[in-house]
Amino acid sequence: MDFALIAKVWTFFAAAAWVTLQISALAICLGLCLGFAAALASISRNVLLRFPARVYVSIFRGTPALIQLFLLYYGGPQIGLQLGPFEAGVIGLGINIGAYMTESIRGAILAVEKGQMEAARCLGLGHVQSMRNVILPQALRLMVRPLGVNAVALIKGSAIVSTISVVELTYTAHRYISSTYKPFEMFILASLFYLVIVSVVSFAVNRIDERVALES
Amino acid sequence: MSNDPIIRIKDLHKSFGPVEVLKGIDMDVAPGQIVALIGPSGSGKSTLLRTINQLEDVTSGEIFFDGALVNRDLPHRQREKHLNRLRQDIGMVFQHFNLFPHLTAIENVTMAPVLLGRQTKTQALAEARALLEKVGLSDRADYYPSRLSGGQKQRVAIARALAMNPKAMLFDEVTSALDPELVGEVNKVMKQLAQEHMTMIIVTHELRFASDVADHVVFMADGVVVEEGPPDALFRAPQHERTKAFLQQVFEG
Repeated sequence: MDFALIAKVWTFFAAAAWVTLQISALAICLGLCLGFAAALASISRNVLLRFPARVYVSIFRGTPALIQLFLLYYGGPQIGLQLGPFEAGVIGLGINIGAYMTESIRGAILAVEKGQMEAARCLGLGHVQSMRNVILPQALRLMVRPLGVNAVALIKGSAIVSTISVVELTYTAHRYISSTYKPFEMFILASLFYLVIVSVVSFAVNRIDERVALES
Repeated sequence: MSNDPIIRIKDLHKSFGPVEVLKGIDMDVAPGQIVALIGPSGSGKSTLLRTINQLEDVTSGEIFFDGALVNRDLPHRQREKHLNRLRQDIGMVFQHFNLFPHLTAIENVTMAPVLLGRQTKTQALAEARALLEKVGLSDRADYYPSRLSGGQKQRVAIARALAMNPKAMLFDEVTSALDPELVGEVNKVMKQLAQEHMTMIIVTHELRFASDVADHVVFMADGVVVEEGPPDALFRAPQHERTKAFLQQVFEG
């Protein structure tokens, strides 16, 4: 193990980790927005909302994220959609994780006991009022953990944006390998940075989950 | 007090898929009347109760509440509005309490009147305190449901329903999920409501309580009303074999 080399290059990896973090954070935000919208649409009684939501989830969970990313980045310009690597990365990853988040959010909403909606409706609350004041506050607590799992998956999966030359952790590792011929050190170093990010996120998710958990 | 029934059910049928669970029910409930619905499991009594506020829709027949046809055939949006308005006047208490676990006892009680613009937050809090006191839970106002016993939860649930100032209350086996020693405290609250002439329909397995508190008992089996009458008559001198068999089973069991 060439520790001298690691000492020399680690700051560049730290800078790359910052890019990984940014692209992941933005993609997660986009995924959450899409996930909430699609989850609510998918449980709507209106088929014009429900159907597109189901299609979205099926397509983006049913095809490789890498292909989706290539389609957006390389195929986009063909239909007039010109995106830089970073933008394409955020959008591609965000739309993909949004499909998974849709299922997490939908699952949490459906996991709230049926009696809760009945009790709310019996008091004379409308469907939207019941959702907002009774179902969603409980569902939010239930979705913290699954969404945390999605977020961690996304952070690790963000390595694929190296293929469209976003200068993040994986891309940086490749670049230093081609100049140093030390793949072992470089991939270990990149892994450590991923591990740190994922550990921090997991810890945060656990804390949030504990904080919002219903007393029992 | 008018003599028109506050709840009138006419030739009500309800099927779940191919299974008909209500086979033509007729029933009148006068204002202030306390009706106990008894019968074996699967007789349709809970379903009947749930059709009154349309937690279950019906296959055919009519339900009137306070003069209005509950199951009016309306487009979805209008039907929702119509039901939201009606449901404000029909309190319901469930077997499994269905308290909102993310809200404290008093928040459970104040939520609906505030959201529906019935009361200001301040009014609702004062009203809720009075209701919690009425059900004997003043000291539990700020507890979350998870910290309450079953009996306490059910009493909060009753207070929550009363907060809308309903014209009638529906009780769906409200003591069935309780430990035996907690049944009394809930029954006591219901008796108190009965004394205040709240219109009540009580689905129950507790025949002693039914005979104590109800002024009209309806015995259902297999989706029909087999026999009904004042508790004394129905319990002491049942006319139908089906009723006799049921009572015998329950009292021997």
